[in-house]
Amino acid sequence: MKKQTFDSKPAGPKPWYDPRVRAIFFQVVAIALVFWGGWVLIDNTLSNMESRGISTGFGFLDESAGFGIIMSLVPYDATMSYGRTFWVGLTNTLLVSAMGVVTATILGFIIGVARLSSNWLVAKVSLAYIEVIRNIPLLLQIFFWYFAVLSSLPSPRQSVDVGGAFFLNNRGLYVPEPVTQDGFGLVWGGILAAIAAVIGIRIWAKRRQLATGAIFPTFKVGVGILFLVPIMSYFLAGQPLEWDLPALKGFNFGGGISIIPELAALWIALSLYTASFIAEIVRSGILSVSKGQTEASKALGLPNGLTLRLVVIPQAMRVIIPPLTSQYLNLVKNSSLATAIGYPDLVAVFMGTTLNQTGQAVEVVAITMAVYLTISLLISLFMNIYNRAVAIKER
Amino acid sequence: MGKPMTEQTQTPETQSSPSTDVGKSDIIRVEGMHKWYGDFHVLKDLNLTVRHGERIVICGPSGSGKSTFIRCINRLEEHQQGKIIVDDVELTDDVRQIDSVRREVGMVFQHFNLFPHLTVLENCCLSPIWVRKTPRKEAEATAMEYLERVKIPDQANKFPGQLSGGQQQRVAIARALCMKPKIMLFDEPTSALDPEMIKEVLDVMIELAGSGMTMLCVTHEMGFAKTVADRVIFMDGGEIVEEAPPHDFFTNPQEPRTQKFLKQILQH
Repeated sequence: MKKQTFDSKPAGPKPWYDPRVRAIFFQVVAIALVFWGGWVLIDNTLSNMESRGISTGFGFLDESAGFGIIMSLVPYDATMSYGRTFWVGLTNTLLVSAMGVVTATILGFIIGVARLSSNWLVAKVSLAYIEVIRNIPLLLQIFFWYFAVLSSLPSPRQSVDVGGAFFLNNRGLYVPEPVTQDGFGLVWGGILAAIAAVIGIRIWAKRRQLATGAIFPTFKVGVGILFLVPIMSYFLAGQPLEWDLPALKGFNFGGGISIIPELAALWIALSLYTASFIAEIVRSGILSVSKGQTEASKALGLPNGLTLRLVVIPQAMRVIIPPLTSQYLNLVKNSSLATAIGYPDLVAVFMGTTLNQTGQAVEVVAITMAVYLTISLLISLFMNIYNRAVAIKER
Repeated sequence: MGKPMTEQTQTPETQSSPSTDVGKSDIIRVEGMHKWYGDFHVLKDLNLTVRHGERIVICGPSGSGKSTFIRCINRLEEHQQGKIIVDDVELTDDVRQIDSVRREVGMVFQHFNLFPHLTVLENCCLSPIWVRKTPRKEAEATAMEYLERVKIPDQANKFPGQLSGGQQQRVAIARALCMKPKIMLFDEPTSALDPEMIKEVLDVMIELAGSGMTMLCVTHEMGFAKTVADRVIFMDGGEIVEEAPPHDFFTNPQEPRTQKFLKQILQH
């Protein structure tokens, strides 16, 4: 037998049996592999491009694009630069994403709550909606709205005409465009005054509730003010607004604002599709609040509406927010399916036409990916901030 | 507040309640009440009259319908047949009647059911502010008063998740009391608690009973029943089997089912 020593630390294992040593070793190996892989990729790309005579760099962004885009939020024509096509694509992507997020959220919350309704018909209709919409591929739904529904609308000459102001045909929806005249400043003033008044009333009502307990119908009065004050100032200023009505000129409409069918189809499909997922998220969020909470609230005499607003929804939100965030991210990324029907979003314009014409694949793909990454990270950031605000504190 | 009373019906404590006829008139009347869950007949022909200021303990084996019964009194459960009249309001499908009864009836649950997203103080003020339309300052002052009564004023700004079970249940009692209810329902208030926390909750309940509150308690705490109850009701299989003052109930039960139940719970 060996003699045992008690004054030293317990004998450590051999280094290759020590988990701490192993962890460091594997991390060093992993980092080395990543760097080696990155170096191989870059080196390979650069040498390939050199051998094919492709120049690298972002100089191409200043060259003239020379192609037209059917829809643009920023001023654009074919003489402008490739850099400009990037902004056109980006704003179009942001437009359809923002529209989609708003409608999908509203629709999703309504359907999610309806799914839990005690009314048999309402609950089953919501269930059918969710099961049908979320189980059909999104691309198919975009095609359905674009080719089956919107393309089968009548031609411009046979437009659906609503009061000579709204026209719907297979080229899109045409609505009158408001053109402000002199004196419209008063209406803007009226709108601002109404908003200020509503904020003031909200603060006052909150203070009064704290002080006297009386609850003021802020919402109803606020909506009333928001409508009445601008309308009154509009008439006071002598109706300083004219409408530019769309009218048939040749084979198509001119004037007014047009919503192209590509945008409409993409917007409808993205909204309906994402809403079906949001509805399930909302339903699970509400169900995650235990029945005891509702019972306790009812036992305290809070009516159903207040129970939902003060007890159930604040608790459901913390369950809803994280998966809701990923649905928003999905919606933004899914908007790139625009390419399939020719809506000029970032992918269709910049990674499509611009890339084809310039051949600057590495730069264009890198920029596009960086843009989607930035949008997604920004959405995540804001949702995380909101989530932190509604989180429940324990311990 | 007042001292515990053993002869509630003969010494009405007028000063503790706004009502002048404490101990005389009925505050709850249940007549021929039946309830079914689908085909399952949970409550069978229940009749009960509770007077102002009476303390009633309901006991019985699990599944006997005692929780369901007191949950019918504030309409957390619907009854299908018979009448329930609480403070002169009959419980029907009319939501206004249901809400007006719930305002006057406080309830304490087995699992506390505090609102985890609100602080202790906010839990207590929620209903007074939104339902009674009390000014916040006044509601908070009342809440602090009741939190002192249940001996946890120092926890007012903590969240329920930061409290022990016994503390949470005492907050739940304070929360119900903040609505100044005429009746308090307790649904197994100590069943989810560790043994060392049961006493702190029972102490609060005994103090409350002493103040002349009308109380209906579903509980297995027989010591509590002996100390404070005016009547003990024994339920089994959805029926009221026996109803007696605690002394008679524990020393001289009439029904064989009661005798069997008491034997089982008092054995150890």
